[in-house]
This record gives sequence, C-alpha cells and structure tokens, in this order.
Amino acid sequence: MYTEAVMDHFYNPRNAGELADADGVGEAGNPVCGDIMKIYVKIEDDRIADISFQTFGCGAAIATSSILTELVKGKTVAEAEKITNRAVAEALGGLPPQKMHCSNLAADAFHKALEAYRQNRPKPAPAAE
Amino acid sequence: MERIYLDHAATTPVDPRVVEAMLPYFTANFGNPSSIYQEGRAAKKAIEESREKVAEILGAADTREIIFTGSGSEADNLAITGVAWAYRKKGNHIITSAIEHPAVLETCKELEKHGFAVTYLPVDEYGLVAPEAVRDAITDRTILVSLMHANNEVGTIQPIAEISKIVRAKGVLLHTDAVQTAGSIPLQADELGVDLLSLSAHKFYGPKGVGVLYAKKGTRLHRLIHGGAQEGRLRAGTENVAGIVGLAKALELAAAGLEETVPRLAELRDYFINKIFSRIDHVKLNGHPTRRLPGNINVSFEFVEGESILLNLDLEGIAASSGSACTSGALEPSHVLLAMGLPHETAHGSVRFTIGKDNTKEQLDYVLGVLEETIARLRAISPLYREQRGRKEK
Ligand SMILES: Cc1ncc(COP(=O)(O)O)c(C=O)c1O
Ligand SMILES: [Zn+2]
Repeated sequence: MYTEAVMDHFYNPRNAGELADADGVGEAGNPVCGDIMKIYVKIEDDRIADISFQTFGCGAAIATSSILTELVKGKTVAEAEKITNRAVAEALGGLPPQKMHCSNLAADAFHKALEAYRQNRPKPAPAAE
Repeated sequence: MERIYLDHAATTPVDPRVVEAMLPYFTANFGNPSSIYQEGRAAKKAIEESREKVAEILGAADTREIIFTGSGSEADNLAITGVAWAYRKKGNHIITSAIEHPAVLETCKELEKHGFAVTYLPVDEYGLVAPEAVRDAITDRTILVSLMHANNEVGTIQPIAEISKIVRAKGVLLHTDAVQTAGSIPLQADELGVDLLSLSAHKFYGPKGVGVLYAKKGTRLHRLIHGGAQEGRLRAGTENVAGIVGLAKALELAAAGLEETVPRLAELRDYFINKIFSRIDHVKLNGHPTRRLPGNINVSFEFVEGESILLNLDLEGIAASSGSACTSGALEPSHVLLAMGLPHETAHGSVRFTIGKDNTKEQLDYVLGVLEETIARLRAISPLYREQRGRKEK
C-alpha cells in the first residue's frame, strides 16, 4: 500500500529527534486521530540551517515528516515556506487516499515552526518605549 | 526470511488434511447436490455427512439445526435479520453489545432503519458484559439477545451460559457469534444454552467463504437469500460442496485437538505476555487477564502508534494486527478498545498477536527481540515519549 519512498523514509527517518537550540517549534495533529508531528527549525542568515522532527503516528506520518525535513533543509525561509502537504505527498510518490488528511500534516507543523520563529525572534528595530 | 504468522484471529492456513478432504469435490465429485443422478447424489451425501458431523460436535439435537452459509458474517446476518423479521409481530427490540463484530453491529444498525430498536450494552474495562445489564435491558418487546462468545480483538470470553439462564427465563431468543471460539473452547450449543450460534471455517484451519448457523429446532428464521430450496429453504444457492466438506473436517480436527492445543497455546500466550511486560515499560494488557482466548495477546504500547509497529514487524518477517485507526483507514481507533474505556492514544498503540497451533516458543522469542527494538526505535522519535520522560525528571 505504501511506495518504496515511504518505506525508505519510514525505516530510515532523516533528521529525527529534538533540536536542543531550535529557533522555532511547531506541532500539528492530535492524539485522538492518532498522528502528532512536531518540527524543530534552526534559522541562520534567513535559511533553514537545521531542522528535525518528532512524530507519533503511522508509517505515512513518519515518512511525511522525514521527507519534509529533507525538502526544506538549506533553503531560504521564503522558498521553504512555499511547501504544502500536497507537495510532501508527491515527493513520496503519493500516499494512499485515506492517509492524505490526518497523516499528512508535516507542512502544517513546519509552517507553525516558522511562525513561532518569527514571534520568538528579537525585533530588529525595537519600537521606542 | 522465515515468516512468523501471529494473526490467527484474522484467518488461519487450511490444514493439509482439510485440503485433502476437499479436493475430490472440485474434480471427480463435482456434481450439483440437487441433481438426482449419481454425481449429484454423491455431492448431496457429502453435504449431509458433513452436516451430521457438525451437528454432533455442536451438540445439536437434529441435523436440520445446521445451516451452511457463505461466511461467518452471513451466519450472523441470518441469525439476527432472520429472527427480526420472523418475530416482528412479537416485538421489535434487540439487545447486543458495543464490542460485537461489524457483522453483528452493522446488521443491527440496518434493522434500526426498518423500525427495530437496538440496545448496545456497554462492557467493563476487561470487555465483559454484565449479566444483570442484560436482565435490565429486556422488555416485553425484546425478541433477541445477540452477544459474542469471545471477542476477536481482545479475546475476552463472555459468560454466555450464565446470560442464557436470564434470557431463557424471559422467553427471549439468544444468539452467540462463536466465530472466534471454535478450536479454543468446547462448543456445545445445549450447554451454552443458545438458540443460535455462528461459526466460520477459516478461523479454525478450514477454507474461507463458508460458515455455519446453528439454529435450535423451533427457532423461526426469515430467509435472506431467495431462490432454490437448499439448506431447508433458508439459504438458496448451489452449495459450496468442497467448502462444506472442508468446514466439517476442520471442525472435527479442532474438536479432537482441543485438549492438547488449548493448554499449549495458553502457556505460550502467558509466556509472551510476561516477557513483554518484563522487557518493555509503559505497556498495558487489553482484555481480561484470565477469561481470554488461549491464543490472544492484545497490548498497548504507550507513546507509539500501532500501524508503525506493524510495518516494522512486517519488515522483520512478522504478521500481526492493530486496533489503530491508521491501519483500518477509519478515522477512529477500534470500537472495542474505546468501549472498554481506553483513551484514544492508548487504543492507537494497540497490537494484537494471535498464536496458532504451529507457532513455537523460539518464534515468540524472536518476536520479542524485534518488538523490543521496534518500540525503542519508535519511542525515540515520538514527541509523546519525550514529554513523558520530561515530566518524570521534574
Ligand atoms: C467475531 C467474528 N464474527 C464474525 C466474523 C466474520 O466471519 P467471516 O470472515 O467468515 O465473514 C469474524 C471474522 O472476521 C469474527 O472474528
Ligand atoms: Zn496516520
């Protein structure tokens, strides 16, 4: 039911684990539906310098998280931000239809991580107080 | 790689002795049992001899109490829908439980659309239905109680004989889905005190696509499949002769092997459960500690999800199943585990291993090693496990 790419990423996940000094962390999914993805990003010179994931979920959930980290790593934030859940699924050669929803949320978690990074980031020109 | 099959509750391989018994009915004895010439008579004889065998093993009083069907699901459908329409004038109320197989639950839901009222009894944390709850649910409109003998997911065995006393005293019919029990528990319909009982051959080393409904004499049934006069006019269609012969042979072997198989499987089961608990932490046994099928192990591994465990096991040559939503394509995890009160996360992390007669202790030891590694690997990348450890350290 899964493509070879899914099985490869499931069995040899890339960039798995926690990033201790992450600039932003984002989470998508919930335990009720059975898939939770957490993405950690480290941003340097407006690029995705480092990224990692932690996932509770099925084979599809783990594989989508893993390939997302590969797809965006090294890219500029502006470029990386364009990634969608659909593009992640396509990069894996497709997912079974029932996996397109709750198991395919890695891009959402990544977008939330970027949002968190923007909020955490010290403002370049602090407003006068 | 040697495959290790631990999903005998899903289906079983056909016993070679069963295959051998079936083969002539595909070739030399291919006749239609309804034909009056020799080929037909031979096929008819094979069916009637099979019926006698099954009747004897199930403790039926009459061979006409045995109806061959196209599956366990069809036997459940015939029992419930058949009684519902035959007794419609008497009442419209049916009692069942929240943990039945879909063959029962979906049949009941369908009847609800046609004016029947159904009570779905809750179960306790072990998956047991309380006999008193059955008593309290019966009204003067109740025509049928349908409760499974043993649950296919968690292996919990219901106190059917005890429930039967209550149901019988109220003059209500009792059906039990015994699809999971043949070969694990002696099945004597009269001792169990049931009016209807369903079986499916492929769960006890027989072929797929053939089942039995035992229906006690005097139980009226409305037929589901219309056409010829086969199976006492209750199930039209040229009989699956080879399948019926295979079912009877498999049931005969299962009954004969019961005394030897059950203690051996129960010992392997308990060994496996104990080893899981001693080697892996944050594990929960689902189902009853003792009132469970001899081959059934159902455990939840916290902080990980069932499908990912199964994929990992499959890569290492092991076949098992899970109650996670992600394995079924449904949005919800197992209705059985939820009815037993498990939180969604724990239900998603459930894995069912069902041991069969050919599994060995060596195989289980290999599985334990793979399982330990798999759970460790998946927990290492699970955000829930980190949070748990974080909480502990605080
Ligand atoms: C408890 C129970 N009832 C009914 C069935 C359905 O049997 P069959 O597969 O023969 O339709 C099964 C097996 O899937 C089962 O486990
Ligand atoms: Zn999933």
